Amino acid sequence: MTDQYEDKEIILSDLPDDELIDQMHDDLYDGMAKEIAEGTQILLDRGWSAQQVLTEALVGGMAVVGIDFRDGVLFVPEVLMAANAMKAGMAILKPMLSEAGSKPVGKMVIGTVKGDIHDIGKNLVGMMMEGAGFEVIDLGINIDADTYIEAIEEHQANILGMSALLTTTMPYMKVVIDRMVEKGIRDKYKVLVGGAPLNEEFGQAVGADAYCRDAATAVDAAKELLAAAS
Amino acid sequence: MKAKVLVIACGAIARELVRISKLNQWEHVRFQCLPPELHNTPDRIPGAVRDMIEATASDYEKVFVAYADCGTGGQLDKVLEEYGIERIPGAHCYEFYAGSDRFHDLADDEPGSFYLTDFLVRHFERLVIKGLGIDRLPHLIPVYFCNYKRMVYLAQTDSGKLQAMARKQAEFLQLEYCYRFYGDEPLSQTLNPFLER
Repeated sequence: MTDQYEDKEIILSDLPDDELIDQMHDDLYDGMAKEIAEGTQILLDRGWSAQQVLTEALVGGMAVVGIDFRDGVLFVPEVLMAANAMKAGMAILKPMLSEAGSKPVGKMVIGTVKGDIHDIGKNLVGMMMEGAGFEVIDLGINIDADTYIEAIEEHQANILGMSALLTTTMPYMKVVIDRMVEKGIRDKYKVLVGGAPLNEEFGQAVGADAYCRDAATAVDAAKELLAAAS
Repeated sequence: MKAKVLVIACGAIARELVRISKLNQWEHVRFQCLPPELHNTPDRIPGAVRDMIEATASDYEKVFVAYADCGTGGQLDKVLEEYGIERIPGAHCYEFYAGSDRFHDLADDEPGSFYLTDFLVRHFERLVIKGLGIDRLPHLIPVYFCNYKRMVYLAQTDSGKLQAMARKQAEFLQLEYCYRFYGDEPLSQTLNPFLER
């Protein structure tokens, strides 16, 4: 006699679209990269556009992860696994999205500030911003003011994103913003700041346009700021 | 009669505080420690410190907090300001264990330095491996540590056993091992002005 609760392997290709999306949300939540890649391909094979798969299956799934992280249900390790799963899906979708040639919603230059090598949060923001249709130029870690400014000018970005994980490095964000003011270019860009020791008050004190507590907030802030500016 | 001074401290520095207290004969000082696990969730430190102040401060003439900023981004300072309570200056325990100048030199020399103390070496399995979820998800090791170049063991005691453990931990994380022994002197010097009778 079989146990009614016995785990049955789920055949993703047997699932209708709506159930497959739900399953992909669960798989994303559980950090199952192989299953996400498989589900992504199945939807594409069924005629879904890359944009649709990205928005409904991947970004939609990460939204749940973001909410549970914010509420203390999920922690950093689980979020990293979910992000890894999302990356597996995006690896399939990215070339197709580029081919489709759709204009990005905006362009963001992002980096971790000088003296700081932490990039987990930055990488999550970059990934979610790409998922939301932004082009992201990721400068990496330990970035000084000149490098940020050269990049936003070279790439004609709309948004500068700065990340810091250390109390000792977060003040450097003000150095960057003050340099932008000195050069007379501050008003050309929206500046988003984030990182574990930061808060709303700090964001205002350094002259940023928004402090973003997590990747989802960064996406919302970027969209709102660009909409207000247009 | 009220006891003189209460020190609310991170549990991770308890041993050092007891040693330093004995050395300085601080019989007027009492210690109350908070869980060292808060090291991994610094946003909870201000609230935990506030709760401890509320629960205990009235029994003492003076309260001091033996935390640095510890990743609270100034939020701990906001709580302490409300009560007029001071804390150990600096960004993190690594800074007060090494002394500010030495710590900044270490960080400037290699920003990709992952610091361990005696406590973290002893409790590496619980606070680093399990704390970061590496026990369940070992493939996250490169995600967490790919940008670090070295592990700096800032030693409070000169222990061959702890050095051997730290060396293995550096190997496990695939980081270059760096050892610095500063003892209790930097922390003792920092605490003296706040806690001397």
